[in-house]
Amino acid sequence: MSLGATLRQFWHKLGSPRWFYQMSRPWVGVLGFAALVLLGVGVVWGLAFAPEDYQQGNSFRIMYVHVPAAMVAQSVYMGMGVAGLVLFVWRMKLADVAIAACLPFGMALTALALFSGGVWGRPTWGTWWEWDGRTVSTLVLLFLYVGIFALREAILDSHLRARASALVAMVGTINIPIIKYSVDWWHTLHQPASFTLTDKPTMPVEMWAPLLVMVLGMYCFAGHNVMSRMRIEILRRESATRWVRDEVVGEGKHHAV
Amino acid sequence: MQFDSWQEFFAMGGHALYVWLAYGATLLMLIGNYLTVRAMRRSVVQRVRWSAGEELDPQPSDDDNKL
Repeated sequence: MSLGATLRQFWHKLGSPRWFYQMSRPWVGVLGFAALVLLGVGVVWGLAFAPEDYQQGNSFRIMYVHVPAAMVAQSVYMGMGVAGLVLFVWRMKLADVAIAACLPFGMALTALALFSGGVWGRPTWGTWWEWDGRTVSTLVLLFLYVGIFALREAILDSHLRARASALVAMVGTINIPIIKYSVDWWHTLHQPASFTLTDKPTMPVEMWAPLLVMVLGMYCFAGHNVMSRMRIEILRRESATRWVRDEVVGEGKHHAV
Repeated sequence: MQFDSWQEFFAMGGHALYVWLAYGATLLMLIGNYLTVRAMRRSVVQRVRWSAGEELDPQPSDDDNKL
């Protein structure tokens, strides 16, 4: 079979909630375990073993929770934007499931990024809140999450709800490059990126290694959480079908999510 | 280890309030999201089980996967 045909077949299968449900089962456990290990190691490393910053002292340790939250909050939004595109072009039901699953977790992460940023800003910049480019564009990200969430609550028709939230999710991705370049466009208080793909980090390795572990851990946790939410949403939507009943009846009371 | 004692560790060089607020909020967010998902899972599984005795719908066709 040619590569094209294999890909087409995969794409076709991906549209099936049942296939996704069964395919994703082992990944939930693997991602959850990886998240637990990485976040556990990263927190201890970042809090107790990373050297303190010569300017900021120990308050810089907030970076190890602030940066992963902000990075993953944007990635989850991008995932939602891609799902929106897939829903529009291929009318795939699973894409709407993905949007619904990304929303609550992305919203929580963005709120955490803003909160931890404020808490870091107080001892570092001398203020809890500053109208700087990156802070404001991250606030816009939170409003986008909240807006799509409210939109979904308000629209009763499921087709209209799916298309409306997909459209807003897609349009809102414009905000992601704005967040990224905000530190270059507006020279305010926010420090530039800690990591880039092209340059060597300016921090010493003892400082950025725990950050990398935390970022990876947060991505694994996001994968675990969003995938679990998708699986639950699939069970809800397909609860009247035979395969869902067959899946659920065999499960023990304490089955992993 | 960057700290000589537990007191020093908890004091965070005078930044205890900020550091522990940020880490506490992160821990709450992670645990909250995990527990929410677990509770949601349990309730949906229970609901499917309760209604499992009723008449079953036929298998969905491929077209049912499109909006």
